Amino acid sequence: MNPARRRWIPWPLAAVLGLGLWGAAAPGAAPWTLDQLMGTLAGTARGTAAFTETKYISLLEYPVQSSGELRFVPPARLEKRTLSPQPETLILDGDVLSVERPSQDSAQRPARPQVLRLQDYPEVAGMVESIRATLAGDRAALERVYRLSLEGGRERWSLMLTPLDGRVARIIERIRIEGSGGEVLRVEIIQRDGDRSVMDVRGVPR
Amino acid sequence: MSRRGAAAVVLWLGFLLACLWVLAGARYTADLSAFLPRTPTEDQQLLIDQLRSGVASRLILLGIEGGDPQARIRASRELASRLRADRRFVYIANGETSTLERDRELLLAHRYLLSPAMTSERFTVEGLRAAIQQSVDLLAGSAGLVTKALLPRDPTGELLQLLAQLETGHRPAQTDGVWVSRDGRRALLLARTRAEGSDTDGQAEAVAAIREAFRQGSAPPLRLDLTGPGPFSVAARAAIKGQVLYLSGLGSLIIVLLLLGVYRSAQALVLGLLPVVSGALGGAAAVAAGFGVVHGVTLGFGAALIGEAVDYSIYLLVQSQSAPGLPGEPHGQRVPAFWPTIRIGVLTSVIGFASLLFSGFPGLAQLGLYAIAGLVTAALVTRFVLPSLLPRGLRVRDLTALGTWLQGGVAQAGRLRWLVLALVVAACAVLLSKRDQLWSRELAALSPVPPADQALDASLRADLGAPDVRYLVVVTRPGEEAALAASEQVADVLRRLQAEGLMEGFEGPSTYLPSQATQRRRLAGLPPEAELRLRFSEAIAGLPLRPERFEPFFADVARAREQAPLSPADVQGSFLGQALDALLWPAAGRWTALLPLRLAAGRDLDAPRLRTALADAGLPGVHVIDVKGESDRLYQGYLRQAIALSLAGLGGILVLLLVVTRSPARVLRILAPLVAAVAVVAAALALAGQPLTILHLVGMLLVVAVGSNYALFFDRGAAEGGIPPRVMASLLIAATTTLAGFGVLGLSSVPVLNAIGSTVGPGAILALTFSAVLAQHTAEGTCQGT
Repeated sequence: MNPARRRWIPWPLAAVLGLGLWGAAAPGAAPWTLDQLMGTLAGTARGTAAFTETKYISLLEYPVQSSGELRFVPPARLEKRTLSPQPETLILDGDVLSVERPSQDSAQRPARPQVLRLQDYPEVAGMVESIRATLAGDRAALERVYRLSLEGGRERWSLMLTPLDGRVARIIERIRIEGSGGEVLRVEIIQRDGDRSVMDVRGVPR
Repeated sequence: MSRRGAAAVVLWLGFLLACLWVLAGARYTADLSAFLPRTPTEDQQLLIDQLRSGVASRLILLGIEGGDPQARIRASRELASRLRADRRFVYIANGETSTLERDRELLLAHRYLLSPAMTSERFTVEGLRAAIQQSVDLLAGSAGLVTKALLPRDPTGELLQLLAQLETGHRPAQTDGVWVSRDGRRALLLARTRAEGSDTDGQAEAVAAIREAFRQGSAPPLRLDLTGPGPFSVAARAAIKGQVLYLSGLGSLIIVLLLLGVYRSAQALVLGLLPVVSGALGGAAAVAAGFGVVHGVTLGFGAALIGEAVDYSIYLLVQSQSAPGLPGEPHGQRVPAFWPTIRIGVLTSVIGFASLLFSGFPGLAQLGLYAIAGLVTAALVTRFVLPSLLPRGLRVRDLTALGTWLQGGVAQAGRLRWLVLALVVAACAVLLSKRDQLWSRELAALSPVPPADQALDASLRADLGAPDVRYLVVVTRPGEEAALAASEQVADVLRRLQAEGLMEGFEGPSTYLPSQATQRRRLAGLPPEAELRLRFSEAIAGLPLRPERFEPFFADVARAREQAPLSPADVQGSFLGQALDALLWPAAGRWTALLPLRLAAGRDLDAPRLRTALADAGLPGVHVIDVKGESDRLYQGYLRQAIALSLAGLGGILVLLLVVTRSPARVLRILAPLVAAVAVVAAALALAGQPLTILHLVGMLLVVAVGSNYALFFDRGAAEGGIPPRVMASLLIAATTTLAGFGVLGLSSVPVLNAIGSTVGPGAILALTFSAVLAQHTAEGTCQGT
């Protein structure tokens, strides 16, 4: 390329580009706002990641663990495939939430996927929606159900969701989503009765 | 008026009054009954019961379209709440607070009686451990949040097992707790009427109630679609009723104008219509008296028969009219020379239609009886009543000129006989080449439901997940409990076959309420409290459960052990009761249990394998019914029978003509044009891609019956050295009125009426033309003798 042509880039544009580079190169130096977080998430979150979920339930003497894959297809499809201890597929697509479990009881019924309809349980739907809307960077959807507060900076942020009211609030105290940049690293759900679940996500859903 | 004439008139008036009295008390219907057998086999009877009063027959599917989604959801809620308060409906569902939710307490309290997982091993240490392990695994899953709350009461997860069993099949999508179609463009509801599907009046009331409730609760642009057997039979009845009125009105108008043009005398016109009206009344009254109920299709057919019955008075008025300028003849002598010909014509028709009386298809038998009674009445009134009523000096227009002109035409027509022959050969070739797809094999071909409505029904069904049930297993037993227990045994067999992939699934009465024996067995499997505590602590060894949290479980099991088994009376009014009512009911002193099978779309059931499995299980009195297959077989049976009966009728006509004419050659000449006309019409329909139904067959029989009159006149003309001009004119007019009467039926959108109209209208004209053309063959040279 002819080096002389570089001169033709007007300086204001160069300044803008430079500013952008500077902003990206110096994380934490500027305040990290909700809108910035949502914008970053909206641009990046997609694809598959592994998860491990630990549920701390007072009925049980020790926590139960499950693991599997999360897959997010923007803008509206979230799949949570649990592989162990019991295979289960949860899909939130648009407004429809379904959970499929292979029938456990092979003596009674043949192995046919059993569809648990969760439409009747908005608390579960609200919980799954919190993850999907966060991945999608959909602030409006989150704010329909939760009060949002953001802590930390770009490098390490923590988004707190507090249910506004309704059936979700009857079950869920708050949800904390932690991440870095456009990555979601951990989702912690604290229930009203003190039980909680922690989901660690490895690898960017990209 | 002679004494004999006066007596005939009095008798006639009395007859008319009697007909009106019979008709006033008759029932009119437009449902499937005309297409169901009179003397069914056991399987057929079960099928008929299903079609008439089964669950499926009482289902109405509702779709709300137009407007915005919120308006549709509001309208759905509004409509459902209005209809739930209406006694005419047993059940209204639109997804709101699912009925299961409402009955949760009942299910929870009786879960150990109702849960399908309650085998004898369930409460052993091993069984408990497996069940509890599963519940713990469930806690780890997404539904854990929901199942957690119930765990202290129900660690074995019986309620979930029970709910999973009750959640058979597909449930519609929802928006804001209301059912919507998958594309979200319509809100969906499901209603079950108290009235049976065959009770068209009851269904009409239910449909009107739904429409009224919708009108009160919502405004345009929202609109409501209704489908299902009930709304369809209501719409079909309205369509048949409307078309019978409209088409018979149109046909009559054409005939009246035609006759007015011919007679140029209003008096003659009114008198000429008397036999027709008498025939229509007589036919309908005979059907009402003979069958107790008159089908709308019969009346539609009757409307067309006007065109045939009017022929007799046309012959009388046109042929017997005195020559112009001469004084009118005395009435006694008005009995004209054509009567013997008409008598044979009427007898021919009667024999032809009499064969239909023996049909197992009530619709056909009704048509046969109507035609016989109607034609005989019209002929008798023409013969004995009409002459006495004709005023002295009644003048109708002299048609000698027209007749003479026609004679000229007929004289030329003989040249066309090669054309007729070629046409018949071509027709036979068409019929032969298409002989395999000539006849429609499905009862649906007679369905009065327009294709657009059938498509709407299919799309609503797909959205609602309420598939048209095609395969049923039916069990009958002397008592309710016996039927329930037997259905349970059938369910065991079905479950095994389902595992082998024979079907997707099924439901039955025992899905909702197990037999007393099964419930008692389940109770017996619940250990006493002390024993249960021992087994429980052994079972949860190694599991992360805190045993002190499970006191509610021990209390529930102790309570359950005191319970008596649930009876059908105990679940009345609940979701279980509604479902049970639909699948278990008393009929004729016995109880019938129904198990509808669910198959993947487009798949056929391996019925022999199912029957073998049921027989191997030693279960007598169990029937596997393929609703569509059975009705199509039924229809094919009718069709075969109708073809055989029609041939028998043709044989009867042959014998009659042989007896009357004593000349096989003459019989051949009479029948040849009729058979040719039938062949050409059938070939034309086949070429138009119209599969022939049983009603086309009736139409062909009618072509022979009507056409025989024409052929007989030509035959007599040949025998007597020519057809007089007025006879010639009257034949043309008679054929034209027949074309008008039946031709308008061809405009009908009701398939059965359309079939008759499109066969008889063209057939009659062809029969006349062919008679003229072929008669020439022998009458040549003598025809000009008049």
